[in-house]
Amino acid sequence: MTDLFSKFDALIAQREGLLATGVKDPFSLVMEEVKSPTVAVVNGKETILLGTYNYMGMTFDDDVIAAGKQALDEFGAGTTGSRVLNGTFQGHKECEDALKEFYGMDHAMVFSTGYQANLGIISTIAGKGDYIILDIDSHASIYDGCKMGDAEIVAFRHNDVEALEKRLKRLPADAGKLVVLEGVYSMLGDVAPLKEMIRVSKEAGAMILVDEAHSMGFIGENGRGVAEEQGVLDDVDFVIGTFSKSVGTVGGFCVSNHPKFEIMRLVCRPYVFTASLPPSVVACSAASIRKLMHNGNKRAHLWENSKNLHQGLRDLGFQLGTPNAQSAIIAVIMPDLEKGAAMWAALLENGLYVNLARPPATPAGMTLLRCSLCAEHTSDQVADILDRFARAGKAVGII
Amino acid sequence: MTDRSEMFDRLKGLIEPFNKKGIEVGEATTFAGDLEWDSLTVMDFVAEVEDSFDIIISMNLQAEIENVGQLVDAVTKLTAA
Repeated sequence: MTDLFSKFDALIAQREGLLATGVKDPFSLVMEEVKSPTVAVVNGKETILLGTYNYMGMTFDDDVIAAGKQALDEFGAGTTGSRVLNGTFQGHKECEDALKEFYGMDHAMVFSTGYQANLGIISTIAGKGDYIILDIDSHASIYDGCKMGDAEIVAFRHNDVEALEKRLKRLPADAGKLVVLEGVYSMLGDVAPLKEMIRVSKEAGAMILVDEAHSMGFIGENGRGVAEEQGVLDDVDFVIGTFSKSVGTVGGFCVSNHPKFEIMRLVCRPYVFTASLPPSVVACSAASIRKLMHNGNKRAHLWENSKNLHQGLRDLGFQLGTPNAQSAIIAVIMPDLEKGAAMWAALLENGLYVNLARPPATPAGMTLLRCSLCAEHTSDQVADILDRFARAGKAVGII
Repeated sequence: MTDRSEMFDRLKGLIEPFNKKGIEVGEATTFAGDLEWDSLTVMDFVAEVEDSFDIIISMNLQAEIENVGQLVDAVTKLTAA
């Protein structure tokens, strides 16, 4: 018998090798208590959270929690059904209405996760004979959406407008084309030149999908994302987003002005063949989205946190993923996986949680300590974070 | 077949800057196994080939190309179209 698991042997060996050096397993951490959007108890120790994507700190917002409790009481624990059968409750409609208002768009469709939103929309709208043109550093959910569909997939170098334009020009003029971009790329926290990319894509007759998962809520005047910030939201055909970052719950969505968009509810398999979100989750999400519309002060404080952390880490001598703070993600580049894991463990011992990111999720085979800031981090916490980075960095010998 | 050997030579020339181990490149040389290219190198190389021949090698097609001979066949087909 061939053991189907033998294909994982290399990864198992790498993992065992890493654990043998004495570091704790970075991928099996448990949050024993969660005290606020920025503090949890891990291994019995109070820990600052700097790797949760909880950008706007909505997870413990009083109004959001109250909305969820009320829905739990009034509508029960779950829907036990697909959106197209018995799984569309009043809360799902209200959540979609909140999204339409938030983006100023005609249609909104809520999925059970952000992953499913990309999977469903991309695999469904680009079919056989069509082309999907995507950035090589696209998120796994985008790649999986491509893999699930029947379109031809064309990749271009990360954030390279000229590479995109060249490839668009080589495609058959009359073929259907979908250009897939992200506002903020989550590994390095860098922002895409959407304005130029959308211009060349439109010139080539392509439709455009932008994933704003890591920008919704705080980039752009109304928090609509990078496309809004760069003044090109009206040229985007489909915006994909998630509730599991700034919104503070779980779920995904697509908003669009396409006149035929509603047909997606019948043809999009990751929407149809799964149970809808629980009533409490959509109620929390709707309440959170409505609050995010009016959050100018929190957005300003988040930017201040991000800039301070970026500057502070640079001053300490760490190598960062971007030359300046472009989003609420600051990526600290580690020399290798072993040093990265050691640094990650040293930070945790100092009461600080960040994400350890490694290949294949990262570009160029990098090992990263990915920090994501929250609008609820105080300026004192940011100073404290820098202090802990300095101590851990010296202990591990990175700075 | 002169055309085929010309195509092979041209592609071999494009492979050389990425042939860090300096191995002898033949039709049966594999990109992942023999040349030990990671996904980033593959992307850079594919972009070179695409720009040199003004073609698109989709990721669907890339998945079917494992060795140099298969690349010669694929580029020959794409440039003939």
